[in-house]
Amino acid sequence: MSQNQTGTSTRRLARRVSWETMLAGLLAIAILGGALVNRDFLTVENWSNLLANFVEIALMALPLSLIVITGEIDLSVASILGLSSSLLGLLWEAKVAMPLAILLCLLLGAAAGALNGFLIVRFRLPSLAVTIGTLALLRGFAYILLGDKAVADFPPEYTAFGIGVIPFTFIPMPFALFIILAVVFWILLHHTTVGRRLYAIGGNQTAALFSGVDLKRLKMLLFIASGAISALAGIVYTFRFSSSRADNGTGFELSAIAAVFLGGVTVQGGKGTVTGVVLSLLLIGIINNVLTLADVANEILRIVTGSLLIASILLPNLIASTRERWRVRQRLREIAKFGAASTAK
Amino acid sequence: MFPTHKNEFKSGSTGLGWLNVFLRSREASLVLLIAVLTTVTTALNPRFLSPQSLKDLMLNVSIIALLVLGQTVIILMRQIDLSISSIVGITAFLSGTLFLNHPGIPSLVVVAIAILAGLLLGAINAALIAWGKIPALITTLGTLYIFRGANYAWVHGRQVNAANVPGSFLAIGTATFLGIPILTWIVLILLVIFAIGLRQYRAGREYYAIGSNPTAAVLAGINVSRRIATGFAISGAIAGLAGALWLARFGTVDATAGEGIELTVITSTVVGGVAITGGVGTVVGAVLGALLLSVFSSTLVFLRVPSFWQQAFQGAMLLLAIALDAYLAHRHAMRSRVKWSHV
Repeated sequence: MSQNQTGTSTRRLARRVSWETMLAGLLAIAILGGALVNRDFLTVENWSNLLANFVEIALMALPLSLIVITGEIDLSVASILGLSSSLLGLLWEAKVAMPLAILLCLLLGAAAGALNGFLIVRFRLPSLAVTIGTLALLRGFAYILLGDKAVADFPPEYTAFGIGVIPFTFIPMPFALFIILAVVFWILLHHTTVGRRLYAIGGNQTAALFSGVDLKRLKMLLFIASGAISALAGIVYTFRFSSSRADNGTGFELSAIAAVFLGGVTVQGGKGTVTGVVLSLLLIGIINNVLTLADVANEILRIVTGSLLIASILLPNLIASTRERWRVRQRLREIAKFGAASTAK
Repeated sequence: MFPTHKNEFKSGSTGLGWLNVFLRSREASLVLLIAVLTTVTTALNPRFLSPQSLKDLMLNVSIIALLVLGQTVIILMRQIDLSISSIVGITAFLSGTLFLNHPGIPSLVVVAIAILAGLLLGAINAALIAWGKIPALITTLGTLYIFRGANYAWVHGRQVNAANVPGSFLAIGTATFLGIPILTWIVLILLVIFAIGLRQYRAGREYYAIGSNPTAAVLAGINVSRRIATGFAISGAIAGLAGALWLARFGTVDATAGEGIELTVITSTVVGGVAITGGVGTVVGAVLGALLLSVFSSTLVFLRVPSFWQQAFQGAMLLLAIALDAYLAHRHAMRSRVKWSHV
């Protein structure tokens, strides 16, 4: 009996330590470790560098986490980034005014997202297959637009936005954009009915449909938002490196997806928070930064990101299955005890 | 009484009925498409059917077709394997270094080691998916980057050249038998084995069962985890063989070997009629899909379309194939619903 009680209390404790708390702990360890390992880690320059380096991935991860919460996925984000970057280069080369070019890129991104949404929602095609298709298609469009050339001479006032920091702080200007969007998404997901509906869709699609959630429209809007924000990430990338190329951001979808899953959004949908995703983005950013400071080669970074992606799902799965096995054993022991008691009678 | 199979055909044998029958056999429509494409291109450029260009076409399609065999098994089970291109990269370079460091090593031993290495990498995927319960997409997206990253770290800018590879091994990619390259023969033999295995043997049918209804497959007593694990091991082993053949075909291998071909392979498989939702399709169809894609890209080259268009076309074809499959499945469902409403 007493053993049983301690069992439930540890279980309760385990449940109370949320994924976010764990991420915050890991983040603290990573910062501490980084500071101990490298003297340059806790400098202002390094931090503005660190934050700037993952801003595109961070931007893409925000709408992506909402998409994953509804049980879908978008693998085409990095291709939309490349497409938007290529269009920006092409328009700038054609002497189109920069504000108009930026607007057109965002519209193109939204249109690309609408294409995803249309195929997934209207034809009820699996989002995984559709976005693998648009991953190839949209990257292909980027190559059609720009071929293998590069556009580099962007106006300094815009590249200054890409590499500049907010005055008197170490926060890069593009990162401010991310902070604003993160707050918007946080409010949207956790403090509006839209957010509740998104969780409802991910939890049980049929139930959500029968309780009057217009899930087609919501999903469509999510994919459009994902396209537009990925295009925004493409614009940021272009200004940050002052370079527009068709292969910009190839493979970024891996990091974005890794951040979403590491942030505690489950593959089955219906679970996850914006706070968790932001924490996991920071964690990935810091790990990459510490490894780069330690002169670790780029290819090792790929291995680390891939492993983080797998570990972020493997670990919770292992914990859940151990817990389940433990529960079953407990139950069996109770049954055995009960059986022994009844035979003693 | 109930409409029998024959009646259904008869009632549908109007003008459109013929088209229906044709659409239902994906293999037939693929052959027709390939024939039309070939005829049109040959009419525009007669060199398209020259022996040299035919041989190039066969060589180009062979390695993709080989990988398509493994991918078919995977997609039939409603899974996906994105990591094959990275496995090809590792095993291609591995085969090269074996020849480089052990002059005189028999080619068969090299091929066997490449297959084993592929099997091992496939087994990592298998363990994570079947026992770690991680969705295949996530696992293989992760290992796609992990394997490629490991490959870059290992290769470290080196390169294997044709001069380091014995001529007898390179002959796989150059010599022909009855006008067909040896490389293509290898793939054809494996195609026959896979076609028979998936059609006639219990294990093969289980792949279909898992894909069409996973729950029913469990209830039918199929060990689903073990089947899925075997599937990924097979896909890995096939990719290992493809890596060795990659070296034989191209002679030169660096860290980028095979990068990005997973998209071509998946597109070929799905265009070939293996539904991404699992349980439907044949390896013959999938290989015809690979052939169609290959003919299509040669057509683009012959019509002097810039090579930058290639990838966009591929993406569009994948989307079209998925949409077509969904449409056919939907119509099939509608039809059977009407049939059951009589009861």
